[in-house]
Amino acid sequence: MDNTVNMAQANPSDSTSPLKRLFRMRETGLIVIILALFLIMSFASPYFLTWANMRAMSMAFAVDGILVIGMTILLISGGIDLSVGSVTALAMVIAGWLFLSGVDPWIASAMSIALCTGIGAFMGFFVTRVGLHHFIVSLAIMVIARGACLLFTGGRPLGLYTLPPEFKFIGQGSIGPVPIVIIIFLVFVIAFDFMLRRTTMFRKVFYTGSNEKAAAYSGIRTKKVIFLTTTLCSTLCGIAGIIYMARFGSAQPTFGLGLELTIIAAAVIGGASLNGGSGSILGAILGVILLSLVSSSLALLDVSVYWQDIIRGSILLSAVTIDHYLNKRRG
Amino acid sequence: MQDDVILKISNLSKSFGPVKALCGVDFELRKGEIHAIAGENGAGKSTLMNVIDGILQPDDGQIMLDGKPIKITSPTMAQRLGIGFVHQEIALCPDVSVAENIFMAKTNVSRSWLMDYKKLEHEARDVFRQLSNIDPAVLVKNLSISNQQLVEIAKALTLDCRILILDEPTAALTEAEAQTLFGIMRDLADRGISIIYISHRMVEIFDNCDRVSVFRDGQHIVTQNVAEIQPSDVVNAMVGRVIDNLYPEKQTEDEKSDDILLDVRNLTEATRFRNVSFSLKKGEILGIAGLIGAGRSEIAKGICRLEGDVSGEVWLNGKKLTLRSYQDSIAEGMVYLSEDRKGDGVFLDLPISANISALKPDQVANGLGLIQSASEEAQAEALGRKLNLKYGSLSDPVSSLSGGNQQKVALAKMLSVNPRLIFLDEPTRGVDVGAKAEIHRILRDLARDGVGIVVISSELPELIGVCDRVLVVREGHISGQVTGEDMTEENIMHLASVMDAQATVA
Repeated sequence: MDNTVNMAQANPSDSTSPLKRLFRMRETGLIVIILALFLIMSFASPYFLTWANMRAMSMAFAVDGILVIGMTILLISGGIDLSVGSVTALAMVIAGWLFLSGVDPWIASAMSIALCTGIGAFMGFFVTRVGLHHFIVSLAIMVIARGACLLFTGGRPLGLYTLPPEFKFIGQGSIGPVPIVIIIFLVFVIAFDFMLRRTTMFRKVFYTGSNEKAAAYSGIRTKKVIFLTTTLCSTLCGIAGIIYMARFGSAQPTFGLGLELTIIAAAVIGGASLNGGSGSILGAILGVILLSLVSSSLALLDVSVYWQDIIRGSILLSAVTIDHYLNKRRG
Repeated sequence: MQDDVILKISNLSKSFGPVKALCGVDFELRKGEIHAIAGENGAGKSTLMNVIDGILQPDDGQIMLDGKPIKITSPTMAQRLGIGFVHQEIALCPDVSVAENIFMAKTNVSRSWLMDYKKLEHEARDVFRQLSNIDPAVLVKNLSISNQQLVEIAKALTLDCRILILDEPTAALTEAEAQTLFGIMRDLADRGISIIYISHRMVEIFDNCDRVSVFRDGQHIVTQNVAEIQPSDVVNAMVGRVIDNLYPEKQTEDEKSDDILLDVRNLTEATRFRNVSFSLKKGEILGIAGLIGAGRSEIAKGICRLEGDVSGEVWLNGKKLTLRSYQDSIAEGMVYLSEDRKGDGVFLDLPISANISALKPDQVANGLGLIQSASEEAQAEALGRKLNLKYGSLSDPVSSLSGGNQQKVALAKMLSVNPRLIFLDEPTRGVDVGAKAEIHRILRDLARDGVGIVVISSELPELIGVCDRVLVVREGHISGQVTGEDMTEENIMHLASVMDAQATVA
């Protein structure tokens, strides 16, 4: 006890908030790594620094970026969600199925997003009212949602060739040179990053995740907070699913297998703690960008697909290990 | 008492970066003595103990065990040398039996592949024969905190220790349990075991120890036989200045008021307490005493609707409250300062300012619910100044502060909502003498300003020193109250425990 106090006083660089400190160390570190990788790849592959590749890469991380926002907020509140991949696929499948049954695509999308919100609320109920762990509840939902996807489609992708062009525009169009997907992504990132940093509503998420009991003893309805973060994560899955559907022009029941792990990895690389109480949207987005940059670099360099997971897993492990030691030194 | 020195430390230094935690410290421990170590937080006590236990390596200086110089490189080595360390925080496995916990270290080095539970339990029974009547087969999580503390001590004793370090073992114990522990300590000392006893409480040191060493700012100030030194001298040596009065003045006759601030009538909870009625007058500090488990904290938490299914009436300033949750209680200006600072009092890794604003973040936000960091910092700074909080920066995490300052952050959080009534549960637990006196003074100032103060404490001198009136709780009901001249430890203990004996008979 005495020692930690003394060490904290001894090191002047420690005299900022943990949030700011993480910001400084983590986000800047990630940006440096991303830029370095960018530079190396520009030399290593002639196809890398082309407009087509940049556009494809940014489209790839943009929608995952929306998922990682929900995951990061949920992790900060102390929860976790393994069902994001399947729920995103389910959003796609349900909206596609409704559309094929004759429902207007916009209404079908709204219904599908509402359903995902309902799934989140359902998980939130099991976590906060019944008292089960996020891990188990979302594992069960992961399997159930995937099963539902297969049930609705008979296991085959639904081709949605008749989607009206103004709907497909969400996923495929652009304003000038900027794809709509990127614009949606930026709006979400800026809005949630701002809210998470500044609003009392999201401050309660940090309090709850940092020490749930202390939060309850500060008059915060911690169960309500956890219920809402769980629900929000699934709602964002619904939105991401719809964007994917517009982009692909189809609904794929097997979409997003293993996606939850990429999303959790990105959030953790970006500074979210599995113990709750810390994390930032900007960091998590940088995490997504890094992982997506690595994937596309490996593809461009003709590295076998099978190596990609090994490399991504190793990046996660190194990021968390480095962070662990930095935290330790900070006491 | 024998005078042979078993452990001698000379000129020991240890730095962490530029900070000197220990600076040329000398210390000696005789065989069979109980040697108290006193000092404020940050004085270097823990560092010295960690050096003796091999957790930390000194930069300079010598350690002699039995007259031979020695380097203690790890806690395992310290254990082999017969040094046992009972840490302040209990580190037992809650889901495992008492016997297995006690012999964890032995099991660890055992060559056998299978656990011999019978033998473990038998050996544990032997150990406890000397200590208390804890059943070795019981799971640790089912024991009270004080019994867990005894298990920790038993664990240290099974390692054939000759030197036993006890770091504030009575912090979580009631008076009676502490007395049992002191009896055990004396027995051990008579059997030739040397005990290093770390404590903040002067009464314990002077009633139970042979010698006392005082540390301040990493330096050894004085070592004396307790018979040859006064408690006030020890306190002055600890803080490096003269503290005239450990406790603030009581309420004066003119300050007495007939205005009733809080009136509790027939408060009852399903299992924890029943028919609790009392009132608090304006300007008065009310104490609540009682053994651990008697229902003291539960009553306060029940009034604030923090836990429990409570019936009965609570009137604040002549208005009957209808509270559904703690949020309602905060809105009425009634707050509860938790006894478990680290567990549920503060957010250790969040900034000081964010901790202080946690009770009502809306206060530092604008109409749109956006937190204004400027007003959040201003709030923290103003309350920090009022409470004489010592910090580097308001954006530092609370974990960077000493225990006393962490407690001030928790208190500042309460004050941030301008409460009308504060329940303070163990407000000075784990807080050093200087900060303790400050907190007591703050409480008196608050009471003078008309804030209702209810102090719950296991430390009787604190209740007697600070409060104007003390309620005693026994087995979930109020067994009596003492005031003025009648506020003595004997009277309070009588109300808290003597009738227990009758209750068991009945």
